[in-house]
Amino acid sequence: MCLHSKCVHREAQVRVKEIILRVIAGGVFVSAFSLLGDLLKPKSFAGLFGAAPSIALATVTLTVMERGKTYASVEARSMILGAIAFCVYAYLVSRLLIRHRWPALATTAALIVVWFGCAFALWYAVLGRS
Amino acid sequence: MKIKIDTTGLHESKWYEYVVRFAFGGTVTALAGVIAKHFGPEIGGLFLAFPAILPATATLIEKHEIEKKHESGKHGTASGRRLAGVDAAGAAMGCIGLAVFALIVWKELPQSSLLLVLVEATISWLMAAVGVWLMREKLWRRLARKIHTFHSVRAVARHPESSVDRNSARGREK
Repeated sequence: MCLHSKCVHREAQVRVKEIILRVIAGGVFVSAFSLLGDLLKPKSFAGLFGAAPSIALATVTLTVMERGKTYASVEARSMILGAIAFCVYAYLVSRLLIRHRWPALATTAALIVVWFGCAFALWYAVLGRS
Repeated sequence: MKIKIDTTGLHESKWYEYVVRFAFGGTVTALAGVIAKHFGPEIGGLFLAFPAILPATATLIEKHEIEKKHESGKHGTASGRRLAGVDAAGAAMGCIGLAVFALIVWKELPQSSLLLVLVEATISWLMAAVGVWLMREKLWRRLARKIHTFHSVRAVARHPESSVDRNSARGREK
């Protein structure tokens, strides 16, 4: 590892570039899928696009270019657990909105804790101990 | 229920709502990368399925429905929240497709080309999500029909004389 100030500066520049690239790619994919959802009816069908692989499509290419296919494949394995947690989160959001008529912003924001809880519990149960 | 393309939703959205979605999506994607760098791909991978679209979409659906009902002099909070809930139920079904996408990338990526895997995984995501939605629609319709039949049979069993009256009235009409 090079500790020279020029090397450190260059590394920081590469990192910033990488973050900017991810922000642009993520923003484009998330906007595109949510726009598609806005266009479709009925709402239950449009909702399918609320669980589109937007972040994955935006990052997998960049990850493969930077760290290789094996690294991206390991990420995808964990993504399955994230998707299960997302399913629990979306189901609870829909129940609270339809049955109890909770406000959408507060419900979706508060239940993010459920996503974190489920995702990390699944990760610990399936991958954490190995 | 028929699937339709309706552009009126686009006119309801304001420019800053698209900016918020872009910024939120971009931030989550960048964060997923930073988390993967610090904690490794196993933790970072979880964030590839982070709910980045649903919170903003549900909030906007509720807001637009309230505005629409308000224009016609009605109170649209309840129907706005119900519509947002229906959208979230769709997202819950879409998660099965998301898991299929991840499964294909996990299994196929080490041996195949990136472009091929991404195309295959995206098509599989769409097919799985739409398949689950269609199946649920079919089951729901069948269940609704059964419930309707059950209720009409029970109504006849409780008040047989009224059904006899109805039948005789029908006979007289003929």
